[in-house]
Amino acid sequence: MALADARAICPGLITRPADLVREAAALAGLRRWAGRYSPMVARDGADGLIADITGVPHLFGGEAELRADLHARLARAGLTAESAIAETRSAACALARHGGGILPEGGLAEGIASLPVGALRIDRKVAEGLFRMGLKRVADLIALPRGPLARRFGSDLVLRLDQALGTQPEPVSPEADLPYFGVRMTLPEPIGLTADVMAGLDRLLGRLCAALARHQRGARRLRLELQRVDRETAQIEIGLARPMRDPDRISALFAKGVGEVEAGFGIEMMRLVAHVTEDLPPEQIGENVVPCETDALADLFSTLGNRLGFDRVLRLLPAQSNIPERSFLLAPAAYSVAETPPLHQGPARPIMIFSPEPVRARGGGRPGDPPSAFRWRNMSFTTLRATGPERIAPEWWFDDPAWRTGLRDYWRVETREGLRLWLFHTPQAAAWSAQHWFAQGEFP
Amino acid sequence: MVPEPVPMKLLALAGARVHEAEGSGRRSFALLQAARHDGPLIWALPAHAPHLPMLRGLPEGVGQRLHVIRPSSELDLLWAVEECLRSPGVGLVIAEPEKPLSLIAGRRLQLAAEAGRTTGLMLIREGQGSNAAETRWHCAPLPGADLDSTPHHWSLKKNKKGTEGDWIVNWNGETAAVHLVSAAGERDSVAETSR
Repeated sequence: MALADARAICPGLITRPADLVREAAALAGLRRWAGRYSPMVARDGADGLIADITGVPHLFGGEAELRADLHARLARAGLTAESAIAETRSAACALARHGGGILPEGGLAEGIASLPVGALRIDRKVAEGLFRMGLKRVADLIALPRGPLARRFGSDLVLRLDQALGTQPEPVSPEADLPYFGVRMTLPEPIGLTADVMAGLDRLLGRLCAALARHQRGARRLRLELQRVDRETAQIEIGLARPMRDPDRISALFAKGVGEVEAGFGIEMMRLVAHVTEDLPPEQIGENVVPCETDALADLFSTLGNRLGFDRVLRLLPAQSNIPERSFLLAPAAYSVAETPPLHQGPARPIMIFSPEPVRARGGGRPGDPPSAFRWRNMSFTTLRATGPERIAPEWWFDDPAWRTGLRDYWRVETREGLRLWLFHTPQAAAWSAQHWFAQGEFP
Repeated sequence: MVPEPVPMKLLALAGARVHEAEGSGRRSFALLQAARHDGPLIWALPAHAPHLPMLRGLPEGVGQRLHVIRPSSELDLLWAVEECLRSPGVGLVIAEPEKPLSLIAGRRLQLAAEAGRTTGLMLIREGQGSNAAETRWHCAPLPGADLDSTPHHWSLKKNKKGTEGDWIVNWNGETAAVHLVSAAGERDSVAETSR
């Protein structure tokens, strides 16, 4: 039914767009929970779960009790669910979507006989074709010879039918869980001393790093949660400049945060989670490889980043732009790799760059020529020699407020006072604007 | 006349110590030292400082090794510099503190440099040096005689373990080598001509 039709029938209808991502996440959560009934639980379509409960029901007292337990728990969580238990996966799947129930052993054919053919997970076209031929129930299909059926409707239909009846196997294959890197420790007595917490942390780190090593992962961010006796939780979060699973070096980074935590009446539970991890395959260490220097630098950046912020420990990366300000990027050193800048060609570039600072020009010949004397940062300069101009045009595909004055003519101006400055002139600036000369850099 | 290249030992900073440079040409001096040191380079400057090293203008081999640290406060800057000096993986630490370094801060930096075997260079404003500095350099660019010359006047004003000195060098900001400009002497009296 189209939404417009539904609205016509019921004007007060409240609709919400489907949030497929969150639905999938909720189903994944339910799948993890359903692990209490079976070790083999898999997703079945977008709206179902299938569990292989072979050898499980007697733990709950029987199939009916298991199903009742499942429904009671789901109802308590506010979920409405349909379920079915059958000998084959297809039969259970079909039955769960058409009424639910339990098929006793041996009663497979009779149990699904009354279901419509569409319940067999076949194409809609095939189902319509079957319907047109008067084959409406599964029972009609079971009675027919297989050969003509396969020729007319394809082998898929026969396969589904065989799977439902148990003549073809259809195993439940659960997708592998993503590894979860979290460890916790409950303490018999609350602790409060920094040394005790650090000792506990070392134990947790040992287990966590072993788990990381097993999956060949390295932690990038870690969070330590300390639960106090009064149910308050303190959190300490650290970042690492590169993926790592060395307990000693990670422990050192926690030392400052642990020292600042208010322990109150004591800490009774500790939980350590590596919530951001990256691949870290084992490395060959030998005489030829000297990882000491990079390790030391990574440790340094971790230390600096955790106090100053990782966005304050930066590295210069080359960028493809002729605009001086955008000819290089400042990238966080922990999240970037050093690049060798391309060989510089063309006019010289200053060693230091700053945002344009107005220069008060005095004298000067024709407009556009550098001034013979000027004041900058409250200092007077006399021009000795000027090299240029180098004309740089703004990038029209960016609207940069600093470049709204148009073209810039850059000059390398040597002064009698010694300083060698990078001045520019804005020939396209409005005539009434008094300011046409700016300083933007310093040469060696 | 081709000026003779200066041997590397001249203008070299003693290892595992913290030095100071002042004057308007101090950043050029720092970049020369950066080009002369191996290993990763750290340049610590306050977050609100208007200037930044420009990648395309740096001496060769410096750009890819240079890391810029921009702490938000003076205290964080000194702490960061101390951590960098203490780390064995760093070649040279260049820092631009804004306030005069106290004797305690200067001593701490020296101890950190000794612990990490790292050299440090503080770019200070004139007269804001710390007594703990190993050497203090006054750097000023000089007007060049022609288009290609970029002379600098670098004078060693303070030296704990050696003599002071005064050099006028030509450094074009591209390599680790500098050319010494011979100082023009002044004669008191007219030289005697041979008979």
